[in-house]
Amino acid sequence: MPLLENRFEDGFVVTSLDQAIDWARASSLWPMTFGLACCAIEMMAVGGPRYDIDRFGAGAFRATPRQADLMIVAGTVNLKMAERVRRLYDLMPDPKFVIAMGACTCGGGPYYKYGYNVVKGVDLVVPVDVYVPGCPPRPEALLEGLMRVQDKIRTMRTLRKEVADVEMMPKRTGGVLLPDELNETAKATAYRVAQKEAAKPAKVQP
Amino acid sequence: MTAAEIIAILQAEFGPAILAAHPEALDPFVQVESAKIAEVCTFLKSDPRLQFDFLNNLSGVDYLETDPKKVAKAGFEPHLEVVYHMSTFAHPGRRFTVKVVLSRSGAEVPTVCNVWRTADWHERECFDLFGIRFMSHPDPRRILLADDWVGHPLLKDYEFPLEYADIRCR
Repeated sequence: MPLLENRFEDGFVVTSLDQAIDWARASSLWPMTFGLACCAIEMMAVGGPRYDIDRFGAGAFRATPRQADLMIVAGTVNLKMAERVRRLYDLMPDPKFVIAMGACTCGGGPYYKYGYNVVKGVDLVVPVDVYVPGCPPRPEALLEGLMRVQDKIRTMRTLRKEVADVEMMPKRTGGVLLPDELNETAKATAYRVAQKEAAKPAKVQP
Repeated sequence: MTAAEIIAILQAEFGPAILAAHPEALDPFVQVESAKIAEVCTFLKSDPRLQFDFLNNLSGVDYLETDPKKVAKAGFEPHLEVVYHMSTFAHPGRRFTVKVVLSRSGAEVPTVCNVWRTADWHERECFDLFGIRFMSHPDPRRILLADDWVGHPLLKDYEFPLEYADIRCR
């Protein structure tokens, strides 16, 4: 940049507006206080000083959906509650994100078969961005889920044109890095076929 | 006072309304004719010798063997039961149990709300989950499930809903 090179004072930052917006959003996610069952205890531990979700800018638990942009659904959602979950989600201002915390919210958990009153996964009610499995998940797992939400926010394009086929996870923190021999679809398929062949029982000669 | 003495007092008072007595059971109980349950409970609470002033629990039981192979060995006819566990503060440690046997279709039993106030929510829960109607209950609504729920989930032949309020259930 010869035109702008070395022309600015210390402390002057150049960025794109999109990146600035994403940075601001990702670093001040305000979660809604939404503990439904035992997972809420772990969520409170995350809010406490030992795990301290405030380090990631998401410590301001709001008691109203109007001021929140992250819904951590912590605990069993039953059918009576599902209606309220949906309503609270609808009350939140855009852009909004949902973390499904725990086995119950991911897919019904231990109530999957005989829980006549339990929603088999909160994704049947509200769209979920990040699933945090566990019963209950460790506080570190919830922090990891929060960071995945932040990754998702960093790829958001507010002002720039939408691009098709954009990968939602930046490789820097979120994506799973595969070894070189598997990093293409064809190679990975061939590997899986070979694995299946190898796993077949040996033919016994009659 | 032993369970046998309590049962003797009840049999002297109500006679044929006491259908069966089991003083030897771990929880000694009597089986009472369903129409008489309110009178029996009033007596158990107000009689100066008994003074059962506390209802510990009121629960329903569904006796039904759903597996056709095991019906012959089940040892009971299909029926519903309401079980009343009570104790007294006047004589700590004294407990007693009363049971009522009901048919599985259109089960009805008089309420004991006006004997023990705590029976109100217990009976609502029993209605909610077993469909047993408590006659002349002051507030006979469901207590746990939604008001528009179909069926009573703790019955052995309950069929799980496929969908509730546009949410897939299975």
